[in-house]
Amino acid sequence: MSDFPTTPPKMSWTFNNDINAEIRRAAATGIYDIRGGGSKRKLPHFDDLLFLGASISRYPLEGYREKCATDVWLGTRFAKNPIHLDIPVTIAGMSFGALSGPAKEALGRGASAAGTSTTTGDGGMTEEERGHSKTLVYQYLPSRYGMNPDDLRRADAIEVVVGQGAKPGGGGMLLGQKISDRVAMMRNLPKGIDQRSACRHPDWTGPDDLEIKILELREITNWEKPIYIKVGGARPYYDTALAVKAGADVVVLDGMQGGTAATQDVFIENVGMPILACIPQAVKALQDLGMHRKVQLIVSGGIRSGADVAKAMALGADAVAIGTAALIALGDNDPALEAEYNKLGTTAGAYDDWHEGKDPAGITTQDPELFKRFDPILGGRRLKNYLKVMTLEAQTIARACGKNHLHNLEPEDLCALTIEAAAMAGVPLAGTNWIPGRNGGF
Amino acid sequence: MQTFDLTAQGLRALNSTLHGLKGQTNMTAWEIINPKGAHAIAVGLDAPVDVTVRGSTGYYCAGMNKQATVRVKGSAGPGVAENMMSGTVIIDGDASQYAGATGRGGLLVIKGNASSRCGISMKGIDIVVHGNIGHMSAFMAQSGNMVVLGDAGEALGDSLYEARLFVRGSVKSLGADCVEKEMRPEHLAILADLLKRGEADHLAKPEEFKRYGSARKLYTFNIDNASSY
Repeated sequence: MSDFPTTPPKMSWTFNNDINAEIRRAAATGIYDIRGGGSKRKLPHFDDLLFLGASISRYPLEGYREKCATDVWLGTRFAKNPIHLDIPVTIAGMSFGALSGPAKEALGRGASAAGTSTTTGDGGMTEEERGHSKTLVYQYLPSRYGMNPDDLRRADAIEVVVGQGAKPGGGGMLLGQKISDRVAMMRNLPKGIDQRSACRHPDWTGPDDLEIKILELREITNWEKPIYIKVGGARPYYDTALAVKAGADVVVLDGMQGGTAATQDVFIENVGMPILACIPQAVKALQDLGMHRKVQLIVSGGIRSGADVAKAMALGADAVAIGTAALIALGDNDPALEAEYNKLGTTAGAYDDWHEGKDPAGITTQDPELFKRFDPILGGRRLKNYLKVMTLEAQTIARACGKNHLHNLEPEDLCALTIEAAAMAGVPLAGTNWIPGRNGGF
Repeated sequence: MQTFDLTAQGLRALNSTLHGLKGQTNMTAWEIINPKGAHAIAVGLDAPVDVTVRGSTGYYCAGMNKQATVRVKGSAGPGVAENMMSGTVIIDGDASQYAGATGRGGLLVIKGNASSRCGISMKGIDIVVHGNIGHMSAFMAQSGNMVVLGDAGEALGDSLYEARLFVRGSVKSLGADCVEKEMRPEHLAILADLLKRGEADHLAKPEEFKRYGSARKLYTFNIDNASSY
């Protein structure tokens, strides 16, 4: 045996342990991996932006003395009854079916207590949700599960869902384990079968049709309800412009960090753009059409804190929506349940097999034994607390930037830590005046 | 009969007036003149009234209808009676794409032909077409009955669930998971009733139809069926 040093075993960056494990899993099962949640990649995100804060050239507002308003109007373009929310953090659409009835109730309780809206999903409107949500947005989806004119009229706004950030261009999937009697009845399907939601709407194609569809929805609801159009982050400039053309009151733009109840991992991780890259394009479209602030922009996908809220609004959004963060606030992926996550072959923080209906936290399940574990009153209180904290955080930052309303935050308040984030967000790289792609800079 | 001139009075006034007819009303008979292909005519009705449109309509006529009977004395544009809940919609002429899409109840009668995607994602509606239907009809149809006196285009009933499809003429091709099924006495009874209510019992007999439904092989994902999708 030689005494010379040997080359140590070297793992491939390309064929790393994660990749190899997935190849082996695919080879063993013959089916792609399905999971919930949004992209788990490390993406350019709000973390790559910083606020500059006030200095000699700008003066700040006193944190505990001077007002920094947080309210937002949504749907002021055409709707007779636009929505007025106390805070600009809304709850994104999540279906009954994907979530339990008590979880939907908790979302309604928490959102209402914090002065914001919640949103139905691909399973129709539940009494839990309508009853506990002061302001409820009713999604109009390709599947039209549970769709009916009475619920349209009971809603406070209507969100026409064209796509979502986790899977732009994709439909939905709810596996048989979660199709309980009640879910099956609401969706008009046999119990226990895999339920597929179409990726396109059944009765319109393209923006010209969409304009007529919106006319119909407005006529049915007496032009009272704000009409939102939700798109996944794919071509945000054109999608936003076309949504405005089609008659939207509000555009909802969801980046690839936005979650889903279940879809293919390959879809979640490889289709769509991060929300950071989407917002400036959507804002540019609104500005080019002279519609910024007239058609409101709600953005979502990876919003976690008041800092994220403030950054999204500084880039030009009117409000944000949270989904995954709201579930975590309710108790999803809590380390206190680590032993149970271990039994499912995962760990707290990584659990994403929501489609299997075995959620130990009782949130993403239709199993009565599991969802009995979840207390909707406590969950609602936790969500309210979290929303209040996010709002306080955003106000803290806005005051530091000298703004007396969150909507007064602007790109000029921001700089970027990376060249990528500077290019995507359209703000200068920190310490420079360089916005890649915009000017020469230094 | 109340007469409403759509061109003169406008769409908003029409639907607002019809929505004002709550519950029982003695103004049960309405005619709409000069529709001129307008969209969203008589949408969201929710009263047992009888509305006759004298001319052809644009998109989504009688959308989300409840209780009302809407008759179109012409042809209907895309999405006629979409998501209908109950009541009856009768088209004297032809219907464009997506007729009766996602309908959850009631009866849609098309006395001419229906274009592609007739009954797409239907959820309980009954549809009777006196003529032919286009391609991809009854795509992902969940429940309800579709009766076609003429022929069906390509990919009939693709990915359908529990809807029953009855076709008297030829079927160009069946979609994924759609198969011909045995016609049992209960199906003949359903057909006889629908032909009668669809004003077609003088045109065809139940025994002349074939029944199509789901093979239920795609209800649970199986990699061995991947080529079917």
